[in-house]
Amino acid sequence: MQNDAHITVRDLTMAYGDFVLMRDLDFEIKRGDVFVIMGGSGCGKSTLLRHLIGLKEPAKGEIYYGSENFTEAPKARRDEILRRTGVLYQSGALWSSMTLAENVALPLGEFTDLNPAEIREIASLKLALVGLKGFEDYYPSQISGGMQKRAGLARAMALDPEILYFDEPSAGLDPISSKLLDDLILELKDSLGSTVVVVTHELSSIFAIATDSVFLDPESRTMLATGSPVELRDHSDNLKVRRFLLRGELENGEEVA
Amino acid sequence: MSAAAQVEIQRTGNGTAVLRISGDWLITAATPGPDDVQVDLTAGLEPRTVAFDSHGLGTWDTSILTFVIQLSDLCRDRGIDVDRSGLPQGVQNLLGLAEAVPEKEDARTTEIRKSVLEQIGEGTLSAAGSLGEMLEFLGHATITFARLAGRSVRFRRSDLMVLVQQAGAEALGIVTLISFLIGLILAFVGAAQLEQFGAAIYVADLVGVAMVRDVGALMTAIVMAGRSGAAYAAELGSMKVTQEIDALTTMGISPLEFLVIPRILALALMMPLLTIYADFMGILGGAFVGISMLDLSFTTYIQQTAGALSLHDLVGGLFKAAVYGILVALAGCLRGMQSGTSSSAVGVATTSAVVTSIVLIISACGAFAVIFYALGI
Repeated sequence: MQNDAHITVRDLTMAYGDFVLMRDLDFEIKRGDVFVIMGGSGCGKSTLLRHLIGLKEPAKGEIYYGSENFTEAPKARRDEILRRTGVLYQSGALWSSMTLAENVALPLGEFTDLNPAEIREIASLKLALVGLKGFEDYYPSQISGGMQKRAGLARAMALDPEILYFDEPSAGLDPISSKLLDDLILELKDSLGSTVVVVTHELSSIFAIATDSVFLDPESRTMLATGSPVELRDHSDNLKVRRFLLRGELENGEEVA
Repeated sequence: MSAAAQVEIQRTGNGTAVLRISGDWLITAATPGPDDVQVDLTAGLEPRTVAFDSHGLGTWDTSILTFVIQLSDLCRDRGIDVDRSGLPQGVQNLLGLAEAVPEKEDARTTEIRKSVLEQIGEGTLSAAGSLGEMLEFLGHATITFARLAGRSVRFRRSDLMVLVQQAGAEALGIVTLISFLIGLILAFVGAAQLEQFGAAIYVADLVGVAMVRDVGALMTAIVMAGRSGAAYAAELGSMKVTQEIDALTTMGISPLEFLVIPRILALALMMPLLTIYADFMGILGGAFVGISMLDLSFTTYIQQTAGALSLHDLVGGLFKAAVYGILVALAGCLRGMQSGTSSSAVGVATTSAVVTSIVLIISACGAFAVIFYALGI
């Protein structure tokens, strides 16, 4: 099952009302990859993520999970597909009225037949995996932003998902915490064998973790390139993509049109 | 003490007008605007170039930038060149920055004044739209409730218990105060009229029947609209801002089941209980007036009240209370779920939740009055 398409985006157009954000998106996310959705601010990276997890409907086009059409699937089937995914939201989005352990335990209680003691055990384990052992009974408001993100990751991993989504994991974190989170993502991916999809514009993160990527361009309102970010940086034909990946510093003699 | 900002125009022979800028140009003090120089500049033969001389310029801030930008726009319209080399380097750099990125087309929104008819039309359409959304939400909630009977609805028992406590026990204080005073006011108004006929004892009937049939439930509902309805809208609205609702959805947990149903249940269960209590407090309020103003004994007052009331009155009142509770919870949750994703949107949602609740409660109260009358209850 290595290297087949896990998620396929076909001919996707994203729009808010009449305003078209991106059109003609066509790419595949392969099983086991760390796939980065990158592009400048406001180009629709997070909106693309919302499409992938069914929070927003495509204006046109389809999204496939494996060979199954997610866009046209009925609600119940969609929920089943999404149950095999985990999402880490930009701010963590922990349920503020519940403790960390309860946050992680909720999906376990809803979708498994485990008894409360076992659930509690698993919740502690997941929190320990992200370095939050001993914080089970803290409320989200009592811990720092970086810890909230890690707790959010523990919750996203609660059901051992096949696909993990990250929305701007390094936003609001200092360089060290953000590096630690990157390492954690890689480690978890290796041990769990999940497919990871990350929305980010953080270059250091992109080069550290990504094996494949798509580049969205707000001006032409479509994707400009796909492939490994390192490859794109060194060999892409598209100057905009290279400029982005080189922080705007192109070698002498090259001008961006 | 700072020197006043000044600008003087000096014409040179070769068609250049030099603006001598002097003094301190500060945004907190009065500075010359482009209007001050426009007349001089355009009088007689127009210059081909405008240049600056800023040797006399003291301290400066944004005020000089806006002056130069406005002047440049003016000159551009008239085809006059502007030579900025006479300005301080800092001013030139900042102007360069401001002009580095060209203005984005269509980014500037122009406010179009709409005619009254247009506004009425739009208002009607949006009202119709919001009515549609309300009905859709009601439909979803009803379907989910039907599934509640089949026990396939997911929410946490502990959440329900906390909500019951918040909407029940914690509301007792304010309900006590409001209903006691309402009973008191009713008795006052009634006593003033009934005493004229020597029928002061019927104050007990008036207060008892009014409280139990209508006013108890109505006042409790209005208190709950301001208390729990607003809280629900604010809570759900904030959960939308922090993406907590998205997190539920993508986890396959319906926010309607998980958040809305327990809130409706809590209010539907607690409203009748609070209303019984409010009825009791209202009657006590009436009795207070009866005893202190009308020289009735407590026993007489209570007996008179008991004689005036029937079980029908009480059941009718409690039924209304449960309906009001559901309406308040629905309005609060609906506005919360519809909230936008900014902090001001949460404020708007909360306001709108209270307004919607009260409108719904009063409309329902009117409808009940007609229906109960028609049925002869």
